[in-house]
Amino acid sequence: MRRRPPIYGLLAEFDDVNDLVRAARTARAAGFRHLDAYTPFPVEELAHALGVRPSRLPLVVLLGGLAGGLAGYLLQWWTAVVAYPINVGGRPLHSWPAFIVPTFETTVLGAAIAAVLGMLALNGLPMPYHPVFNVPRFALSSRDRFFLCIEATDPLFDREGTRRFLERLVPRQVSEVEH
Amino acid sequence: MTPERQAPAPGPLIRPGHTFATVTDRIAAVVLTGPTPRAWWIGFGVAFALLLVLLDAVAYLLLRGIGIWGVNIPVGWGFAIINFVWWIGIGHAGTLISAILLLLRQAWRQSINRFAEAMTLFAVACAGLYPILHLGRPWLFYWLFPYPNTMGLWPNFRSPLIWDVFAVSTYATVSVLFWFVGLIPDLATLRDRSPSRIGRAVYGILAMGWRGSVRHWERYETASLLLAGLATPLVVSVHTVVSLDFAVSIVPGWHATIFPPYFVAGAIYGGFAMVLTLAIPLRRIYGLEDFVTMRHLDYMGRILLATGLIVAYGYMMEAFVAWYGGSPYEAHLMQDRFTGPYAPLYWALLVCNVVVPQALWFARTRASVPALFAIAMSINVGMWLERFIIVVTSLHEDFLPSAWGMYYPTIWDWATFAGTIGLFTTLFLLFIRFLPMISIFELRTLLPEAEVKEELA
Repeated sequence: MRRRPPIYGLLAEFDDVNDLVRAARTARAAGFRHLDAYTPFPVEELAHALGVRPSRLPLVVLLGGLAGGLAGYLLQWWTAVVAYPINVGGRPLHSWPAFIVPTFETTVLGAAIAAVLGMLALNGLPMPYHPVFNVPRFALSSRDRFFLCIEATDPLFDREGTRRFLERLVPRQVSEVEH
Repeated sequence: MTPERQAPAPGPLIRPGHTFATVTDRIAAVVLTGPTPRAWWIGFGVAFALLLVLLDAVAYLLLRGIGIWGVNIPVGWGFAIINFVWWIGIGHAGTLISAILLLLRQAWRQSINRFAEAMTLFAVACAGLYPILHLGRPWLFYWLFPYPNTMGLWPNFRSPLIWDVFAVSTYATVSVLFWFVGLIPDLATLRDRSPSRIGRAVYGILAMGWRGSVRHWERYETASLLLAGLATPLVVSVHTVVSLDFAVSIVPGWHATIFPPYFVAGAIYGGFAMVLTLAIPLRRIYGLEDFVTMRHLDYMGRILLATGLIVAYGYMMEAFVAWYGGSPYEAHLMQDRFTGPYAPLYWALLVCNVVVPQALWFARTRASVPALFAIAMSINVGMWLERFIIVVTSLHEDFLPSAWGMYYPTIWDWATFAGTIGLFTTLFLLFIRFLPMISIFELRTLLPEAEVKEELA
């Protein structure tokens, strides 16, 4: 097993979203792979710049919806045909048109719960502790500052060399992130 | 059309000169540091007093049963169902703004979606109370859900009333989820900016460790888009199912195929009127005119006009089908609406919902805040009258004249209604005191500095 690096990584702070996108591209082009960027609002270009793959969330939502719909329909069929059959003038017990509305609702319910829990789970939330919060200035990432973090697990990471590399990207400042 | 003939541009979505920092500080300050305005305390005092009226009315109802209300045969559905439909319709505008306008990429929704969604939640909470209180033995409401029980009983899924249970409970759940997901990045902002330890702890726990990573945002945006896609048919289905509670029966005036679209349009109409009713005082009291601008008010006025015309078409078709269908019961119902004992209410409804909103055709009306507020109030009243007319006139003179009767609400009907207004307002005022009433992170994306330059893209 590899030894844990002495620090979590190096965090560069930028004033402008364009500077961050440019820095992210440069870092990626320089061969860094264990990168993350932190922004106060979603920036689509960053995901491209850092090569983030599209998430599997849509598949999770599809499965949630299918499970919800199936469970809803089966519940109604079982209730109306097996558990509590009501004979209404000899009409079929399996009266599927009447079951469509609740089936639709349970489909949406299953899909929506899957979307929210899936998003949180894939994002690893709730997460009570994360090293980036050890940098006091990181609090500004939810206000008006943009951060690029090169993590120490990156094969190219070198405490001094990477810091010099980041400083060439003209950030506002570069800080070390403690574990 | 020549450019000169177009209405003057109603201004920008955010007043120029704002930056990420000013937008963040301004909205967060309302919750974190800003003094609570005196208007808030006055409003909260009144709302809380009305909430106590609700407790009183419900306690007496539990003690004595629904005989304290004005409902009886033939009018078995009174205020409870009128108010249920009214409240749930109000909720629909919040979902429309946050889901349908998101799918349509309407940037102007971002200043109003947060408090409109909160309005949805609290309106659905008020709506949900009514059918439960109307059950007679409200403490047994869980019998509506399918669960294994020693009585061996199961709900009848062929009944629209059971569909309604599923539609409304799904709607409430999905609305809460959608609203909370929208709050997460702003809760992180409050966590990072709260001056108090308790604030940091509470907002920190609610933000769940959100750190705005590019991977977070990617999944977050996907989730928001999917939730919007799910909530859009859901909101249409909810009021459709509410209308089916009526339309599946064979009562004259209820048994109509136009009911689902007519109800959905009416819901959005009444809901947008409530959004305006809330937005106009809010932006004034909290000085948020920079973010909820005249352009927003103008657009909401246009939506009111458009949905109001659909609703007016619905009224017209009801009258047309009553004549064209040739059913003497339907014809009698329509005649009763125009000339019967409830006719003043029907005429008032037509004035409030059809005549008054025509003023919105004029750009000058839509540029006047008092006029918009007055029209919104007129629609709030009009939509309530519409539900009164639908519920009561159909039941009070249906088929056999020997079974006709009148419906008069009692003091307890009014107390319960006023009480839910108190519940709604109390919850809403607590929301604007403790959570950001405008989505901060979505406003940041509207600023010019949020734009990534072309050569980088």
